[in-house]
Amino acid sequence: MSMHTYDSAEAAAQPPAEATSAPREGSLLLWRVASVVLFCLLWEVAGRIPINVAFPPFSDVALAFGRMVADGSLPAALLNTLEPLVIGVVTATVVGIIMGVAMGLREELEWAGVPVFVVMQAAPMAALIPLITFIYGIGLVAKVLAVVILALPVIALNSYKAVRNASPSLRAMSRSFLGSKWQEITKIILPEASPMIFTGLRLGISAGFVGVVLAELLITPTGIGDLITYHRSVADYAEMYAVIATIILLAAVTVGLLERVEVALFRPEKRESAE
Amino acid sequence: MTIAGYRIPPLASLLFWALIWEIVGRLHLVFLFPPFSHVVAELGQVLTSSTFRGAALLTLESFFAGLAIAILLGVPLGLLMGMSRTADRLLGMWVNLFVSAPLSALVPVIMILFGMGQATIIVTVTMFAVWIIALDTRAGVRDVPASLIIMARSFGATRRQTLVKIVLMAALPEILAGIRLGVIRGVKGVVIGQLLVSIIGLGELFELYSRNFLMEEFWALTLIIFAFALGAAELVSVLERRIDFYAGARH
Amino acid sequence: MNAVDHIRAEQPHRAGTAADAIVEVCGVSKRYGSSVEALRDVSLDFPKGQLTSLLGPSGCGKTTLLKIIAGLLEPTAGEIRVKGTKITGPGPERAFVFQDFALMPWATVLRNAAFGLELRDVSKAEREKTAQHYINEVGLAGFEQRYPHELSGGMRQRVGLARALSVNADVLLLDEPFSAVDEQNRRKFQEDLLRLRQVENKTLIFVTHSIEEAVYLSDRIVLLSPRPGRVSDIIEPKISRDRSPDEIRRDPTYLDTVEEIWRGLRAYAD
Repeated sequence: MSMHTYDSAEAAAQPPAEATSAPREGSLLLWRVASVVLFCLLWEVAGRIPINVAFPPFSDVALAFGRMVADGSLPAALLNTLEPLVIGVVTATVVGIIMGVAMGLREELEWAGVPVFVVMQAAPMAALIPLITFIYGIGLVAKVLAVVILALPVIALNSYKAVRNASPSLRAMSRSFLGSKWQEITKIILPEASPMIFTGLRLGISAGFVGVVLAELLITPTGIGDLITYHRSVADYAEMYAVIATIILLAAVTVGLLERVEVALFRPEKRESAE
Repeated sequence: MTIAGYRIPPLASLLFWALIWEIVGRLHLVFLFPPFSHVVAELGQVLTSSTFRGAALLTLESFFAGLAIAILLGVPLGLLMGMSRTADRLLGMWVNLFVSAPLSALVPVIMILFGMGQATIIVTVTMFAVWIIALDTRAGVRDVPASLIIMARSFGATRRQTLVKIVLMAALPEILAGIRLGVIRGVKGVVIGQLLVSIIGLGELFELYSRNFLMEEFWALTLIIFAFALGAAELVSVLERRIDFYAGARH
Repeated sequence: MNAVDHIRAEQPHRAGTAADAIVEVCGVSKRYGSSVEALRDVSLDFPKGQLTSLLGPSGCGKTTLLKIIAGLLEPTAGEIRVKGTKITGPGPERAFVFQDFALMPWATVLRNAAFGLELRDVSKAEREKTAQHYINEVGLAGFEQRYPHELSGGMRQRVGLARALSVNADVLLLDEPFSAVDEQNRRKFQEDLLRLRQVENKTLIFVTHSIEEAVYLSDRIVLLSPRPGRVSDIIEPKISRDRSPDEIRRDPTYLDTVEEIWRGLRAYAD
């Protein structure tokens, strides 16, 4: 088994080149707007043909979106979904960074932990979600667990890699000036590892969204999952599409914002990639 | 890691965990985890059951069909985005969006458009895999050394010759890396698709085992699926290693 | 004592010998944007069968001119004629040797050398035979099945040379071919190039920034000056090439020529 099943080819695929090499922000925005308009136009046309009875045009979906915002069902569902998402991501982040850093610092922990996390990242962990339901019931705990098992591996592995890549010469320098192990960790290793840890966080949040949506569709639906399944069951397709589009856009916007923060704080184009 | 001077390979740690699992199971610490040896013993039973064979067939067929379509769509898309700035500006946003989006949310849509059968599973696999394939292909294309393209031009290469003999070859390491990641995502897709449709294939099986708390069968099935995911990814890795010799030498 | 024959730049079409011009540069200019004038109104002839160097400090446009002759760049004004016909892009009568070698890392030496022929749909047997012949000619016999990353810089450039020779072009264009090669290999290369020229009877146009190299190798040296790039002088070193390489390098005529050119170019050293 190759350790590359966990891969930074995936991390390297984001952030997109635009974030770092766009010569003019204005023209880039123009292209994005044009792209969105084109997409909506195609959707509208496809919906009106119609290519399928169950495929409403963009305008219907937009109206449905408006209705659900107005009557509060959509915002309420979002908040409902955000609860396990945030709790899960925070847990996964704290646990993941600690475990990752520990694995980076101690060889035995690396040996014991990394293969497990690599397997967790490559394997379809979704298969475990129904099991989680039966053990932990259908409440918040089950959903938080679903988020955690999907987000934890990528955060831990990124933290581990980041620590392993910390410059040996800087660490040696710290020791030569009689720095303690604790100082070495907090003053050299962690600052140097921060960019990659942050990347792990971004990927973890992305995975967290996947986890919570999956959980809500598989476990008892509440929140967004509930809205989707409900509207599907009463054949309110426009509403269903609106909710789905909302959650996907929310995930995209969140991850996009994190990319901007990442570039602004850590300037990833300037740091060496791990592979 | 070394113990008493002997180097222990990383994979051995999985054996170590299997041992822990065995101990935990035997001590009946957590009902969730029966002894590992019992799970292994059940492997044969699960593999030979007719429900499993049906599910396995469905899974394999859908997976390979879906992956093939994803490659046939994703590589050209990536080539297009890599070579045309306009295409890149128009499409790049969407590809990047879908690469990290919770695609499971789209499965209900696929279900109402394609029904509750195999077609949905195939489309799900394609949807999960295609974006990363396109993105990595694009990255590979953009990384092709300009010098090689100019060289081909200087010897009179047509556009098609340049595309096939230079661009595709130079981008091949990234394309294969994208396919490997597409394989991993595709397996997730084939499992999630069946779980969400739930009346067919693996979804049916998992439901059966979990509802009846047949933990040994459940874990045996899980192991089989995990092994499949890792095995498929490893196969692509083998291909990647064969062209590794020039991946680093391109610049 | 006049070490060289200076052919005045005002009479560019008057070559020192009676050889026909195989490449004619006619009033070529190249601008980038509105401010950078890489070349201004350059007119030159390149006599058939001779080795001509384009020499000058950085920014004088020598590589730009070479690429325009190769058909890899388009001039803003003027034209290039090869064998009397105006060119519109790369062509089979010209072959380019690249400064950074431009070898395909996934292909063997043999396949790289045969690549020009592969693009012309020559049969595999035939093109491998031709490529093998030139691989031996450039001194890489035995290395056909190796990959570029297994070769040194000097050896890689030989592959590039074999590739250019294999397509049987009339004119070979070399863009600072030895700049990425170490000193010993560089000297050996220069000697090999002279020998090859005798055997193959091709016209060579050579870009270099090394005065010694230019004087050692060339029948004619075109001196270019920068900002804007134009021809400042054309020189024909009067050096007999029958002697051994080391003797040539100690010949007073050779040394004087180098000195004279260096004095002329000093004004441009930045």
